Amino acid sequence: MIVAEQKPLTEIAENIKDAQKVLVVGCGGCVTVCLSGGQKEVDILATSLRILRKKDGTPIDTATETLERQCDKEYVDKLAEKVQAADCVVSLACGVGVQYLAERYPDKVIIPAQNTKFIGGTTEHGIWEERCALCGECILAQTGGICPIIRCSKSILNGPCGGSQGGKCEVNPDTPCAWTLIYGQLKRQGREAALGEIFPVKDWSKARDGGPRKYVREDVLL
Amino acid sequence: MSTFEPRIIAFCCYYCAYSAADLAGSMRLQYPASIRMIELPCSGKIEHNMLLTAFEEGADGVYVAGCMEGDCHYLKGNIRARKRVEYVKKLLDELGIGGDRLEMFNLSSAMGPRFAEIANEMTERIRALGPSPLNKAHSQTEKDGEDA
Repeated sequence: MIVAEQKPLTEIAENIKDAQKVLVVGCGGCVTVCLSGGQKEVDILATSLRILRKKDGTPIDTATETLERQCDKEYVDKLAEKVQAADCVVSLACGVGVQYLAERYPDKVIIPAQNTKFIGGTTEHGIWEERCALCGECILAQTGGICPIIRCSKSILNGPCGGSQGGKCEVNPDTPCAWTLIYGQLKRQGREAALGEIFPVKDWSKARDGGPRKYVREDVLL
Repeated sequence: MSTFEPRIIAFCCYYCAYSAADLAGSMRLQYPASIRMIELPCSGKIEHNMLLTAFEEGADGVYVAGCMEGDCHYLKGNIRARKRVEYVKKLLDELGIGGDRLEMFNLSSAMGPRFAEIANEMTERIRALGPSPLNKAHSQTEKDGEDA
């Protein structure tokens, strides 16, 4: 899932300071699962903004809505009436959702309420960790299901490096060395000999270095 | 002398604080009329937004009263309630309302005198803090309206 963290309240409040009617929109996708932008968080943010403005003597009206997803035009279309009635829209989706709202409603100011952090998973309730670098060319089959691109601080392909000490990374002693994990995993599976093969230089043009990416599937185009 | 009588919302767990309030009543214990009680099936039922909404709707102080730690009927409800209260305390600081206006208490259903004590303690604390900044802003707006 995409993991996002809510921006400081003061930053959001500053961005809506001229508005009297604010629509707060949540997303039922990733940010609901990582507990930062679902219906509950929408309600908390709307109440917080109302309190802040009431205290400052410039009260606001808020409307709220949580879409199934903000990264699908069909769902974003459903907001039309509420967006029209608002002075500005605060989105609790990831950066994709904010941009989908901005594209669909170009006359409205759309304010992001989140800092989109990474693609990851829940390691325990309340803790999320990065697991995918979106590099565009997956090598997990060769590395025992452990990604050296995102889990190795240096993203090296032929590790471990000299900074790996006692299975931990020199960058942060709380971070396990990805290459130690990879070796352990391949050894468990009796495949450690495969590490004798050198990974060639990675083609980063398939990642973000090749510019914004697009994926087309001809067979499902309408 | 201050005539300020705070409005305090007490979210009380059915299994402890609510019963303790009953006991306080049976024991003819006096506690301030500033307390408005809301019964919860467990203190773990409390949500961040319920606490914030209480302040938005005019409370000067809010507290959540749950069972003694380790004695929750639903095992961890009171632990979760405390974590949410701590989170909202920080949020209230950020909002300029003040986290001191919110508190979490633990007691058992046998602690009628403690219930009255908590009610007094909270009333004294809020009385010392004065009206919530939201209520001050509200009364100022009303006053401005009258002046105009």
